[in-house]
Amino acid sequence: MASTVVIDKAAPTRPVKYGSMSRDRAWALRWSYFFLTLFAIFSLVPPLYMLITSLKSSAEISAATNPWWVFHPTLANYVQLLTSNQFQRFFFNSAMVSIVVVTITMLISVPAAFALARMRFWGSATLATGVFLTYLIPDTLLFIPLFKMFATFGDWTGIQLINRWYVLLLIYPTLTVPFCTWIMIGYFASIPKELDEAAIIDGASWFQTLTRIFIPVALPGLIAATIFAFTVSWAQFLYPLVFTTSTDQLVLPVGIITTLIKGDVFNWGQIMTGALLGAAPPLIIYAFLMDYYIAGLTAGATKG
Amino acid sequence: MVDVTFQPNNVAAAGPAKKRSGLHAALKRKSTAAFLMTLPLIVLIGILVVYPAFYSLHLATLNKSMQRFVGLGNFQFLFKRETFWLVVQQSCIFAISAVLFKALIGFIVAHFVHNIPAKGQRKWRGMLLVPWVIPPAMSTLAWLWLFDPSYSAFNYTLSFFGIGPIPWTGDPNWARFSVILVNVWYGAPFFMIMYLASLKSVPDQLYEAAAIDGANWWQRIWYITLPMMRNIIAITTLFSLIVTFANFDIVRILTAGGPLDHTHIFATWAFRIGIEGSDIPLGASVSLFMIPILAIAAIFILRDINKRGNES
Repeated sequence: MASTVVIDKAAPTRPVKYGSMSRDRAWALRWSYFFLTLFAIFSLVPPLYMLITSLKSSAEISAATNPWWVFHPTLANYVQLLTSNQFQRFFFNSAMVSIVVVTITMLISVPAAFALARMRFWGSATLATGVFLTYLIPDTLLFIPLFKMFATFGDWTGIQLINRWYVLLLIYPTLTVPFCTWIMIGYFASIPKELDEAAIIDGASWFQTLTRIFIPVALPGLIAATIFAFTVSWAQFLYPLVFTTSTDQLVLPVGIITTLIKGDVFNWGQIMTGALLGAAPPLIIYAFLMDYYIAGLTAGATKG
Repeated sequence: MVDVTFQPNNVAAAGPAKKRSGLHAALKRKSTAAFLMTLPLIVLIGILVVYPAFYSLHLATLNKSMQRFVGLGNFQFLFKRETFWLVVQQSCIFAISAVLFKALIGFIVAHFVHNIPAKGQRKWRGMLLVPWVIPPAMSTLAWLWLFDPSYSAFNYTLSFFGIGPIPWTGDPNWARFSVILVNVWYGAPFFMIMYLASLKSVPDQLYEAAAIDGANWWQRIWYITLPMMRNIIAITTLFSLIVTFANFDIVRILTAGGPLDHTHIFATWAFRIGIEGSDIPLGASVSLFMIPILAIAAIFILRDINKRGNES
């Protein structure tokens, strides 16, 4: 027995040491890695290409050398963008809008989810389904009536909201609140009833039950919802494109596209740098909180 | 169940409150507290989602200056325009083929990730989900640059294989392919993550039993994996169908509807007419055509939710 193994090892063919099933598995594993590598390349080419281009000077880009390699790496694009007042303004607007929207979203959706998950009242089941349905209404259906509504509102009251960055604080919650409420209902509903019953018996009010029991226990869900709200408000493109036009009111995605693309002159080095800086905050959050990110992603469709 | 448990507390709270005022007692009641907690949500959804949705129905019946009621005039006008039918066709091609490929790629990749040893899965999953994390407006810029007519990195690479320069965004059919490709790139990771989560919940015993019975890989997928994943496949596809049908960012940045309006979908065409062309009623009419597909998907999703609600 042992001798056959030795002979097999010396032979050029594969050793017949394994049974056929584990050999199949070894091959399946190899193919898996091969295709995963292909798909990973497909996934990572655009972001890597952003990085490569952002390190090139305009001269190197227009010289049309090998596009996949940087021959003279330079940080000039980064320095130019990060010191430009305009870009800092975009970044500030984006950060401001996202942070305030996350706060508003949490203040609205956590109490609402608590009420819908635990305090059954007339119409609560219908309302929960309604919340979910509003999540399905896309922004592309609402932007025209909303635009007209805010224009009319401006005419009536004299409060101009079109072309002000803070109009986004009113509109973004329509994208974030339904989904966050929905996943928080799921998380709250999974908390055992005995916990809040014990709190109530000990004399806690509803508000105390929420802040002392539900929020700490459902913290992973809360983090997932926060991440979701932040990424959605950071990435939103249609609403700022419709509602803001002056360069000092723009948020990052729209700012990069409308100011860095001037007519037919595409300064690709700077555009890619801007795009990479715009993609950085969600990517950084994702890198550190991947598990929460994925939990939020899957909770939306699997929690019912 | 809940009401019964909390009854003593309610009675205790109502006792001293009676002496003070009716309002105070009402505030202490559970349903009032619950209503107040959901009030901001109801106000937000009512004013900024439900009202505009119906308002756009009203807008669609006005003329361009929004002073005269024209009934279905806008729709009659749209039906006579060739571009409208082009948009309908392209929206359907775009949404159906993109969702199909996203689902297919997501399914395949989820299997590969599931196949490899558990300790390496996290790393691969992390890499494969990157397209979903980058804001689509930003990643589409990278694709636009990869497709650039004169400096395309793809054409540079393909030229080594003797494949001539491809007009990625210049030719109508290639442009259609490009917007679908970018959408598949962006959306496939979502399917992958969902399918992976549901693959992990399929009990291993089923596969072991099938292996003992001599089932091949195709039979294992057809008779075990697909039936076990049916629910998640259905709901993910419906979700994605809605989002893809209503897509705006990718088409807007990559082709802006060109060449010759061949890649316009409802959202980008509504934006072109309603905001850029300042014909708000006509734009609203165009975007209303997204409602049928939304309604169909919503009915199916609701049925699924109710079914699962009854099971639990």
